[in-house]
Amino acid sequence: MDFSAIIPALPGMWEGMAMTLKLLVLGVVGGVALGTVLALMRLSHNPLLSRVAGAYVNYFRSIPLLLVITWFYFAVPFVLRWLTGEDMPIGAFTSCLVAFMMFEAAYFCEIVRAGIQSIPKGQMGAAYALGMNYGQVMRLIILPQAFRKMTPLLLQQSIILFQDTSLVYAVGLMDFLNAARSRGDIIGQPHEFLIFAGLVYFTISFSASLLVKRLQKRLTV
Amino acid sequence: MSVLLELRHISQRYAAQEIVKSLSLQLEQGEIGCLLGHSGCGKTTVLRCIAGFEPIHDGEILLKQQPISRPNQSVPPHQRQIGMVFQDYALFPHLSVADNIGFGLHQHTAPQRQQRITELLELVGLTAHAQAYPHELSGGQQQRVALARALAPKPQLLLLDEPFSNLDVALRERLGQEVREILKREQMTAILVTHDQHEAFAIADQIGVMQAGQIVQWATPYELYHQPANRFVADFVGKGVFVSGTITGSRCVEIEFGEICRVDLDSRGFAVGSRVEVLLRPDDVVHDDFSPLKAQVVNRAFQGEVFLYTLALASGQQVLATVASHHNHRIGEWIGIKLDLDHLIAFPS
Repeated sequence: MDFSAIIPALPGMWEGMAMTLKLLVLGVVGGVALGTVLALMRLSHNPLLSRVAGAYVNYFRSIPLLLVITWFYFAVPFVLRWLTGEDMPIGAFTSCLVAFMMFEAAYFCEIVRAGIQSIPKGQMGAAYALGMNYGQVMRLIILPQAFRKMTPLLLQQSIILFQDTSLVYAVGLMDFLNAARSRGDIIGQPHEFLIFAGLVYFTISFSASLLVKRLQKRLTV
Repeated sequence: MSVLLELRHISQRYAAQEIVKSLSLQLEQGEIGCLLGHSGCGKTTVLRCIAGFEPIHDGEILLKQQPISRPNQSVPPHQRQIGMVFQDYALFPHLSVADNIGFGLHQHTAPQRQQRITELLELVGLTAHAQAYPHELSGGQQQRVALARALAPKPQLLLLDEPFSNLDVALRERLGQEVREILKREQMTAILVTHDQHEAFAIADQIGVMQAGQIVQWATPYELYHQPANRFVADFVGKGVFVSGTITGSRCVEIEFGEICRVDLDSRGFAVGSRVEVLLRPDDVVHDDFSPLKAQVVNRAFQGEVFLYTLALASGQQVLATVASHHNHRIGEWIGIKLDLDHLIAFPS
């Protein structure tokens, strides 16, 4: 084993890491936003809205992420062409990002839903009795409290997504894992580079997990 | 005086069970009403119907002569201008005391809002705690924040759902008086729901005693205590014991204490000779060392200024008596008593 070749390859792998982090951050932001909308739909008294959201969540939670990524990679340009009549190359990055957002939204939806349901019903009644409408009640009273409660779970889910971003390998996007693997292949030391990549993933994910645990303790006290 | 709130024969069902049965009441502007009853009698449901949280299946609710609830037609809670103080206060834990109180003032300008918050903090005596968070306050303080928050937008009507049930007894009585003063100062019309008659007596002008989804009697606290409409109200409100007796004349009743003739029986319309149950309140039975009538002390409860004695007459019939607390008698002792009954509460037996 010779790890000396890793040092000169670091800048290239950092570019991969930047891609991974970009996918992660945008995926989480979009996923939480869409997930919150889905959660509100699921909790809605309107049976149509709640059924649509329920079907969405059940569907995306029952299929593999890799399938969603490849499906979006091939299907999205096809759908766009069908809609607009012209070729619109959207690129692997956008299609992956959309796949992450939509897939993770199903998981974030369930977290947000549990968060909202954990807020006592009286809070909503109290806000209504003070003259607030549904939107104001949600924005000012329920969601701020719910998000505080579910922060640890949202972060935990984000750590899982951090690892799952490596699936973009399937459509050839250069994320951290792909960057490390390809450099190892070029140099002819695939094992060293994969071990290094594993160490990086482990260090980041595990320390993030520890931080979440500490945060959870602070939030529950 | 004008009628602010009117409930006309409202009914509310949950599944097949009728929670509220054709209930009617009227509340005048500035009046404090109270629904008093055991748990499960439907009192909280009535309150939630008025607030708009529950639908009604019959009848209508009017606020200032405008219908706010009818079957299948209801003004949503946030448009009713009805404030509510919840049993668990439901303070917003992520907002400071000042922000909690100011929450309902979203339509005011910032200076107006600040002024009203300052006013209310002063009213409930929490000026020093404006920036504290709810969990940093005691139960009584949280309760006052909840009250201030509900009063802030100057609602037409304020609803209080068992507002003192989470507080200890001593605090309850003091806060009851305080809340009444605050409501009267703000000239607020209010309805309180409680199972505790002391709370009801301390706050309300009019009390409705509820049983199985209906108001059995709607009256002032004094009338409830001294002229209960039926045996249920007589039992529920205040302490007392029923003893059996016989009507012996137009103004006379015979009970174990002897024949009593200074009471007015006419209004009750009992026939001479009919058997009745007579309610004896603890303050009707007076301890008198020189009285020929004796009773044995069965039990005693020291309440500070008075003892509440449970006494057994020669027949075994038990009665209650409040006696000034320096009359310290042992259990088993025979003491002299006499009856000081100036009006009769009797029901056919």
